[in-house]
Amino acid sequence: MTDWGFPFGRLTLDAIPLSDIVTAHGRTELLSGITGSAAAGAAVLGALVALVIVTWKGWWKPLWSDWLTSVDHKKIGIMYIVFSFVMLARALAEAFVMRMQQVVGHDGGGIVMPEHFAQLFSTHGTIMIFFMAMPFLTGMINYVMPLQIGARDVAFPVLNSVSLMLTVAGGIILMVSLVLEPFSTGGWSGYPPYTEAAFNPGAGPDYWIWAVTLSSLGTTFTGINFAVTIYKKRCPGMTLMRMPLFTWTALCTSILMIFAMPPLTIATALLALDRYLDFHLFTNGGGGNMMNYANLFWLFGHPEVYILILPAFGVWSEVFSTFSGKTLYGYTALVIATMAIAVLSFTVWVHHFFTMGQSANLNAAFGIATMLIGVPTGVKIYDWMLTMYRGRVRISVPMLYALAFLFLFTIGGLSGILLANPTIDYQTHNTLFLVAHFHNMLIPGLLFGMIAGYTMWFPKAFGFRLDEKWGYRAAWCWIFGFMGAFFPLYALGLMGMPRRMADYFTGAWLPWTVVALAGAGLIVLAFTFLLVQLRVSVRDRARLAVPVGDPWDGRSLEWGLPAPPPEWNFPALPRVEGRDAFATLKMTGEDLGPPDDGYEDIRMPKNAVLGPVIGALGTGLAFALTWYLWWLALPLAALVPVVLIAQGFRRDTEKVIPAHEVRETWRAFRALAARTPRVSRRAEYTRDNRGHAIPMPQEAAE
Amino acid sequence: MRAAALRWPLPFETSMACAACLASAQAAQADSFLDAAGPVAAAQVSHLRLILILMAIVVVPVFAATPWLVRRYRYGRARGDYRPEWKFSLLFEVLAWGVPFLVVIVLGTILWERTHQLDPYLPVAEAKAPPVVIDVIGYDWKWLFIYPEQGVASVGEMAFPADRPVKLNLTSDTVMQSLLIPRLGSQIYAMKGMRTQLNLAADGPGRFEGRNTQYNGKGFSAQSFTAVAMRPGDFESWVAQARAQGLPFDEKARAALEHKGTKLDLRHALGMPDGTVVHFAAAPTALFDKIAGMKETGE
Ligand code: HEM
Ligand SMILES: [Cu+2]
Repeated sequence: MTDWGFPFGRLTLDAIPLSDIVTAHGRTELLSGITGSAAAGAAVLGALVALVIVTWKGWWKPLWSDWLTSVDHKKIGIMYIVFSFVMLARALAEAFVMRMQQVVGHDGGGIVMPEHFAQLFSTHGTIMIFFMAMPFLTGMINYVMPLQIGARDVAFPVLNSVSLMLTVAGGIILMVSLVLEPFSTGGWSGYPPYTEAAFNPGAGPDYWIWAVTLSSLGTTFTGINFAVTIYKKRCPGMTLMRMPLFTWTALCTSILMIFAMPPLTIATALLALDRYLDFHLFTNGGGGNMMNYANLFWLFGHPEVYILILPAFGVWSEVFSTFSGKTLYGYTALVIATMAIAVLSFTVWVHHFFTMGQSANLNAAFGIATMLIGVPTGVKIYDWMLTMYRGRVRISVPMLYALAFLFLFTIGGLSGILLANPTIDYQTHNTLFLVAHFHNMLIPGLLFGMIAGYTMWFPKAFGFRLDEKWGYRAAWCWIFGFMGAFFPLYALGLMGMPRRMADYFTGAWLPWTVVALAGAGLIVLAFTFLLVQLRVSVRDRARLAVPVGDPWDGRSLEWGLPAPPPEWNFPALPRVEGRDAFATLKMTGEDLGPPDDGYEDIRMPKNAVLGPVIGALGTGLAFALTWYLWWLALPLAALVPVVLIAQGFRRDTEKVIPAHEVRETWRAFRALAARTPRVSRRAEYTRDNRGHAIPMPQEAAE
Repeated sequence: MRAAALRWPLPFETSMACAACLASAQAAQADSFLDAAGPVAAAQVSHLRLILILMAIVVVPVFAATPWLVRRYRYGRARGDYRPEWKFSLLFEVLAWGVPFLVVIVLGTILWERTHQLDPYLPVAEAKAPPVVIDVIGYDWKWLFIYPEQGVASVGEMAFPADRPVKLNLTSDTVMQSLLIPRLGSQIYAMKGMRTQLNLAADGPGRFEGRNTQYNGKGFSAQSFTAVAMRPGDFESWVAQARAQGLPFDEKARAALEHKGTKLDLRHALGMPDGTVVHFAAAPTALFDKIAGMKETGE
């Protein structure tokens, strides 16, 4: 290789969205250029504002030493979720533009050009899956799971930070692609041969390949980390069958991550070989076969949707039981159902391409396997309903989401059963019916679950509740916004409207796209309300404070800790005697106690720079490879092993929290709890709720 | 308490919305398979109905019981008993696993049967006459329909006699595509170096919208065509006219087809006026075999 791509590789001025305005012919091209430039401008401006604020407030040092280099699972969890909110904002904005385009694009034209529209659905899908949903649930598990099993941190804290930074690196690549265009137009699944160099020689598919590769590596590490944590770091007495259901779903999701992410990493790596080194793995000619890609991708892709949904199922289990003031119905059945789903999820991938021309036997077998997953999923729905049975149901904000979930998810499941039938799929495949179906699973299932979990555990992480008034407003907007935005797509799909279509000439589709736009508008409003809620809650944090840490009469260990918990979580590792560990303690008038035989020094991992360094190297490498900056790519690639080996020589990796500090902290907390009156559930949403709960059964007995 | 003000519009709203969706989809003017015009699409609609009805067994309990549960066990004004430790009932457990399982067994049996009946590779069962064979090549962003028996070809229009079924052989000279004519029936992918098959039939004469459903670049949304089921005599004259007035299938035609462009661009490239259909007075069957068989020739 004699051309080192110095200094700009194949990067030219065309990459800047403003150039689209300069070269625009006609209205749509101009509007498209303006839309793209505005998005790029917003990204740059946002980054600049963030930099200025951090500098102005002198936050660089705390940002670096308290957050970016932290290996505390709680802080890493929070960073994951903050990141996913930022990405959600972008992907939602893109969704809104697409909905808008499908209204004004009737009879051709519109506000974005077809290639631009294709970038929008590709980035929207890629972000929503890899950089919104995955970080959200990974953050949630990171925060909650170690607390639920009575651990001080995950098994590999530094690896945890590396995973986070790899994911963020992928997200940064996606943000960069807004400013230096174009991104891929191949959708979130990136099917070759369309994404091969013969058809798309530009930088787009390469951006996609590297962003997804970074994220898939991060997720594989996360899966290993969580699984080992759950197997190895449970506190005494926390047998597997005593684990809270959220932790069970975290375990199953981690196992799925370990087995499902490698096929994706391999698929993108092989595609990269095709594109960079002229291999012929998935090409049209030379013996290539794109069907291998489809199989690899969905070998990842289907388990992936269960990676996404299982943690939400875990949240729903906690929500239904906590807000019904009752133990979970059918714990064992729920565990079995979760595991059954996890196993079955590897046996159904062909349903993503029933239309590829394979035999009826094969299609029918995979169709039936797909329908079988409906059984354990149905069991879960019924078990949650039975959890409310003979309970005391409080329609709190998380519970409102949960009830909406029961209805909406059932509709999504119904459309899923329809799609599992190859005969029906022959009609609805690649149409908006499919788009409606998967959003119907992902929004009421996953996203509502994550928002419910965020609402439920936020007070634990920050010491104050999220304002409920704005919480209800946001929830109603999400619910009706979802129905408005996606029920019309079922109709459009049945009316034959394909997915990924920028313009059309079928008048009958228009009214439905208008309704869908209105729904998308409500969803944007819902997201805005969530931001307002955060703002209002921070402002009113004195009124909303719950320092004693148990605002919802919680049932698992984390609710016995102060809000926010100290870095070391537990003053002594708890000893657990059954399910609903904390609920049981409360009933006997006890709480998480101090250690029986005196406080001891606690060893905690020290901060590590490895995560941010790997993240920076990953970002740089992905960027250099995308734009053919070989002079940059080579040294960066060489640095990765150097850095990893250097990490191996780090010896001073632990710090000691002295016993007296642990003792003082815990005593101060117990004293605060003793001063704070316990409140009944009636006062849950008032300022009297300081996080000290009267257990529901006691309240009912009075 | 704020929550006390909440009512329960959800089940009502959702079921209404669904009903409305389905109903008006049927009435709408778009080419929907719910408005079936051939035996395959009709069988798909009836299968769809059957699934919806059977699924009601597992769906309705959720819609009915959830509001009931919330009303009866609502904190603050509950009428039911409170049993915070109640967590298992054999009866409910058997129902929760058993009923969905039985439904899936029934649905699965039907699925197996229908999937074999509607296998796109099999001739349409209801058809009485032998099929018209059409070789279809997907280009960016148009379809070429080749009639080996009739010795003609066309772009943008797939004519066939209404009293005979059609047998499509598909391939693609570019990226993967998917051909769907909703009112007639199923879709199937077209891939380079491979031949896939699709059997369809129409109930009677009519014009049906068909298209590619697999995104393949900026001209994607324009990659549609009209499937025209003709009275037998009309089809004869359609063929005769294509033979007499169609363009020759020469290098120019081939280059124009391979050039990335919509069927409109193709017309311009071949010097045809707007609003006309491109016909060729030849059937380039060798071309189809070559594109579909690239694997074997090792090209
Ligand atoms: C919240 C409001 C949302 C709206 C309004 C929305 C809207 C859309 C639209 C308009 C499309 C393109 C449909 C087409 O192909 O014609 C799309 C595609 C997609 N969306 Fe969403 N979406 C939303 C949320 C989500 C969420 C939460 C996820 C995942 C967690 C998601 C994942 C996807 C994926 C994977 C695609 C497919 C992209 C592709 O075609 O490759 N969306 N969405
Ligand atoms: Cu799947």
